[in-house]
Amino acid sequence: MNEENTAIDSRPGHDDEQNATPKDEGRSPTRQTGTFAVKAGLAQMLKGGVIMDVVTPEQAAIAEEAGAAAVMALERVPADIRKDGGVARMSDPAMIKGIIAAVTIPVMAKVRIGHFVEAQILEALEIDYIDESEVLTPADEEHHIDKHRFNVPFVCGCRDLGEALRRVSEGAAMLRTKGEAGTGNVVEAVRHARAVSRDIRRLTSMSDDERFAFAKDIRAPIELLRQTAEAGRLPVVNFAAGGIATPADAALMMQLGVDGVFVGSGIFKSDNPSKRAKAIVQAVTHYNDPKALAEISEDLGPAMVGIGMETLADTERMASRGW
Amino acid sequence: MVRATVPTIGILALQGGYSEHVASFRRIGVAGRQVRSPKDLDGLHGLVLPGGESTAIGLLAESSGLIGPLRSWREAGRPVWGTCAGMIMLADQVLGQKEGGQSLIGGLDITVSRNHFGGQLHSFEAAIYSPLVNAASARGVFIRAPAIIEVGERAEPVATLADGTCVGVRQGFLLATAFHPELTADDRWHRIFLDMVLRSTSSGRQS
Repeated sequence: MNEENTAIDSRPGHDDEQNATPKDEGRSPTRQTGTFAVKAGLAQMLKGGVIMDVVTPEQAAIAEEAGAAAVMALERVPADIRKDGGVARMSDPAMIKGIIAAVTIPVMAKVRIGHFVEAQILEALEIDYIDESEVLTPADEEHHIDKHRFNVPFVCGCRDLGEALRRVSEGAAMLRTKGEAGTGNVVEAVRHARAVSRDIRRLTSMSDDERFAFAKDIRAPIELLRQTAEAGRLPVVNFAAGGIATPADAALMMQLGVDGVFVGSGIFKSDNPSKRAKAIVQAVTHYNDPKALAEISEDLGPAMVGIGMETLADTERMASRGW
Repeated sequence: MVRATVPTIGILALQGGYSEHVASFRRIGVAGRQVRSPKDLDGLHGLVLPGGESTAIGLLAESSGLIGPLRSWREAGRPVWGTCAGMIMLADQVLGQKEGGQSLIGGLDITVSRNHFGGQLHSFEAAIYSPLVNAASARGVFIRAPAIIEVGERAEPVATLADGTCVGVRQGFLLATAFHPELTADDRWHRIFLDMVLRSTSSGRQS
């Protein structure tokens, strides 16, 4: 899939001189940063891993110690954003810097959909990945961020193949299901993962002329649709997110074909975060081994309480944000 | 003694970019086997430690009961290739470890600096200079990469950047690269490791 990855972005990468820091002095101009291969490459190195939401440096250290592949730094986990209401925005840079200093693994942070200045700020903080996320209140109801303009890579949420490929065409180097964040209910993540793989299965059995109509139907760029058909999978790494609360949830998503798992409220809203975090990390590695999963799932204490979808009003659904 | 004409190469599949290595080996006609538990090591002729997060891979190697078997495998002189995080796992000395240190396999007489070039914004592609491949066409992808800041007497540098930074070494049947050949269409490093595996089986080291 990697050759395809590099082919998505025809723009050349940026020379180091362009964003040189004192540390970069004397570097060879032949080094290229911010290329699509480099952006998508980090996502490839996160595969088979768990990315955990953390709100303090202490939680970040617990996540790293549990084997997280990366952490997502934010002020409030989605369950609290849901509870508090109001406008949810990018986190305080001081808080993000504290978390970057606390761990050696990659640190991600969220910006509002379309809020490219929040993204510029996170890039200035040298964050490793930006999540343009429906969990925060959208800043633009028409446009997502033009992610090609940034050297820092972006991950975006999707509910189906069309949405996934629209985000990739805007420059996303990694995808995740939207799920329904902060609910502890995996049902929406399952719906979105299944929708993506069902669309890909349909696509791979289509003739060339059928693909044009399909591209129009799902509002996906035809070139990316062709690439997806040839590779038989999305052109970038795709993680599960939104409502994963147990090791079994994580393994379910892996068996449905995702490359890794984001866990938001599920860890630090449970009774024993450290133990649960370790268990989910192991479940993502041993997702195909029910005996191992049984052992991993033992004695974790209560999971987060969770919310049934039927009790959520349409206006309370985060997944419907973004277009 | 098993003498396989086409060897089986194991790829440690705990976390990270393991499927890319499997795909690269498949392109040169070699079967790759994903390794998640000690029994998966049985009958392998070579082992690849892929890129990923070395802290996560170390913890998962501990919890899967693999850290001891991996150390024994390496101590028996069998071929191992570490890329990026895998190179960190193979190093005798590692700077920039997480708080409290991390589980390593060791064996390579080198000192490695983790995240040597900085965070993701400093990840890059660049020309690689190596006596093992044609320098004019070799390009490496470095993702939050480590670098080798000291090469001990037993190890031999086999790849450098234009500024002389060491990014690849060989020592006996051990190979380590800070960059990711498996993220490119260039399969020469996979062929170099395959040669090492074939030499090791013909020299009778393989059980």
